Amino acid sequence: MKIRLRLGPALLVLVLLAALAVVTMVYAAGQTLLAGTMLAITALALWVYSSARTYAWRYLFPGIAAALVFVVFPMVYTMAIGFTNYSSRNLLEFSRATQYFLDETFHGEGPSYGFTLHADGPEFRLRLEDADTGKAWVSGRLALRSPAALELRLAPEGETPLALAEPVPLKEVIARQKSLQALTLVLPDGATKLVMSGLRQFGSVQPLYRRNADGSLTNLQTQGVLRPNMVTGFYETEAGERMQPGFQVGVGFANYVRIFTEPAFREPFVRIFAWTVVFSALTVFFAAALGMFLAVLFHWDALRFKGVYRTLLFLPYAVPGFISILVFKGLFNNNFGEINLILDALFGIKPAWFSDPLLAKAMLLIVNVWLGYPYMMVICSGLIKAIPADLYEASAVAGAGPLTNFFRITLPLILKPLTPLLISAFAFNFNNFVLISLLTGGRPDFLDTRVPAGTTDLLVSYTYRIAFQDSGQQFGLAAAISTVIFAMVAVISLLQMRFTKVAKD
Amino acid sequence: MAIVLDKSHRWRVVAAHLFLIGLTAMVIFPFLMILSISLRPGNFAAGSLIPETISLEHWKLALGISYTAPDGRLVKPDFPVLLWLWNSVKVATLTACVTLALSTTAAYAFARMKFRGKRFALGGLMLMQMFPAVLALVAIFAIFDRIGSVFPFFGIDSHASLLLAYSGGIALHVWTLKGYYDTIPVEIEEAAKVDGATPWQAFRLVLLPMALPILMVVFLLAFIGAIIEYPVASVLLHEEAKLTLAVGSKLFLYDQKYLWGDFAAAAILSGLPITLVFILAQKWMISGLTAGGIKG
Repeated sequence: MKIRLRLGPALLVLVLLAALAVVTMVYAAGQTLLAGTMLAITALALWVYSSARTYAWRYLFPGIAAALVFVVFPMVYTMAIGFTNYSSRNLLEFSRATQYFLDETFHGEGPSYGFTLHADGPEFRLRLEDADTGKAWVSGRLALRSPAALELRLAPEGETPLALAEPVPLKEVIARQKSLQALTLVLPDGATKLVMSGLRQFGSVQPLYRRNADGSLTNLQTQGVLRPNMVTGFYETEAGERMQPGFQVGVGFANYVRIFTEPAFREPFVRIFAWTVVFSALTVFFAAALGMFLAVLFHWDALRFKGVYRTLLFLPYAVPGFISILVFKGLFNNNFGEINLILDALFGIKPAWFSDPLLAKAMLLIVNVWLGYPYMMVICSGLIKAIPADLYEASAVAGAGPLTNFFRITLPLILKPLTPLLISAFAFNFNNFVLISLLTGGRPDFLDTRVPAGTTDLLVSYTYRIAFQDSGQQFGLAAAISTVIFAMVAVISLLQMRFTKVAKD
Repeated sequence: MAIVLDKSHRWRVVAAHLFLIGLTAMVIFPFLMILSISLRPGNFAAGSLIPETISLEHWKLALGISYTAPDGRLVKPDFPVLLWLWNSVKVATLTACVTLALSTTAAYAFARMKFRGKRFALGGLMLMQMFPAVLALVAIFAIFDRIGSVFPFFGIDSHASLLLAYSGGIALHVWTLKGYYDTIPVEIEEAAKVDGATPWQAFRLVLLPMALPILMVVFLLAFIGAIIEYPVASVLLHEEAKLTLAVGSKLFLYDQKYLWGDFAAAAILSGLPITLVFILAQKWMISGLTAGGIKG
């Protein structure tokens, strides 16, 4: 019992030490933000698992922490990225971009030294020779198998009584060029640093830039000055020329201004938003109508073989979506698709499902209703079952037909509990990225917009294109649009909660 | 119900059957078609919907076996379908285990313990799952790119990154589990506590065995959720050998390289087991949720 009691704290200390070691590693690698996050989580974990007052949180902590770190944090981070110029041109953080410039070197005026490579067992030694003075230096043994950066001190040749083998042929040098280029040789004086400057020589190098006190960089070769511009996110020369790589800077609401005021972005945004709403609304309407109709049919006592129908009609819900969507992509193919094969045989037509915007939209709706109606069918079946049978008996006595029954009894009674589900279905289709991405990819594209945008794109897939496909990875802009979608989803969710409350009352 | 049946009633039944048969045919059409396409030689429509000659070439390729074409050429599989299936199953199984572990414990605290911020946390979880991960793709990419620069094991193009990204999606499962725990009488655990059990023992040895049906359901739902997930996987995985099925399958249908028949076989091969698992989960969900924990 005593051992068991000690086991917990011992484990905690071990985990803590491991976590601290990892945090130190991350910090050393220059990822301050990541290290900070991990440290905060570790500290929180320590408090939760050592304090008696937080007992319930011992059960909650892992789950809630995972949800916060991998679900909530990415959302907040997305919003933050929306206020930056993060893109493929401004990819690095400021410190890293600066480091990139400081790491650049140029071959200074110092002398060059011829070098030869000599085999020593399976490894090699380098020999440098100053052609003017005849002085020579030799390195220790080198494997030269991988291009790892390495700083190497050389010894004067005379000091080691060593007989070097014949120099290896140039072919061998070329084969190991990558490893050799990664080397920095240091002469015994400690100050002269040399890197490979040709296939037969090493030359002295100097850093290309020097950092000044005011944060600007001086080019030591041309004496030009680069100044970081915190508005554009680039180091700029005095003439205003931007130097790659750029770095991330905050741009305030610039991305939002672009989305809502610049015609090049506003045009496609408005059109895509309109289609997103139409697409979600029509999908929900048709899927719900079909599902409800089927549910009503299955509630009808006179109908036989209901089980068979229901099982077969449920199938689209059970098959993984990504497979069904791709199946439809093949079936609808303009030239080789089986659907056009049948239409051609029956009516002699071959609709261009993927290149005509209107047909592409129709296809998306057909496929999405096919995917979505079984869920509505199941839900409506459940709701209809809960309607008391005597209502229908009373209406039968009054001589009402099935249409009257549906519009006077069934629909009004199930609509109230159904509304929140319809709204959540709307929200789901509002962000139905998988369907668009796998079926049309947003194509066919608008021909009259300057930014690539598709006639069948939803806001989410448009965002994806801006971030990861054809618009130069404009993460900042994409994140801003995502944030706008967040706001829309929030509004839809509020509506849903309101209606859920109404349904419960 | 005793209702006088008139003639129009009979017509209505016939019309309903006709409608249902027509609809069922339309709904089933893609499934039958894909089966026929997988057995048809070649990758292009041959003019008939039912294959005249049965060929197993697509199935061989899907299973990773090369085959010799009629003209003597050796055709090698274009894509490692089985490897993708294995990747998917691996990621999904691990995700389901992690999700289950995280959500059972959290749901226990929500169902059985009193603590400050409980309502807030529950509401937060509910709110969280209304915002799909697809809206945060840019950030997810940036985060794992950054993590990967320190730990390549958790970086872009690793299955571990996918597992981590999925592990946060516990909100819905916590609610499901909490709802189930609430139906199990708390007296059983209290009796165990009277006998000297710690809360952890009451949870692990008393409550969990009684909640087994719902644990299976949550496991399967998490498993399926991870296997069919596409957006996050498409951003995090790029290397062909690392892809999951959901990301890899679409490579079959590029305009420049249209492998319709090979896709059909691969789709059945991978879709069938997932569909069966899903139907199983649905069945268990219904029986598991109605059976409840009153058995104990």
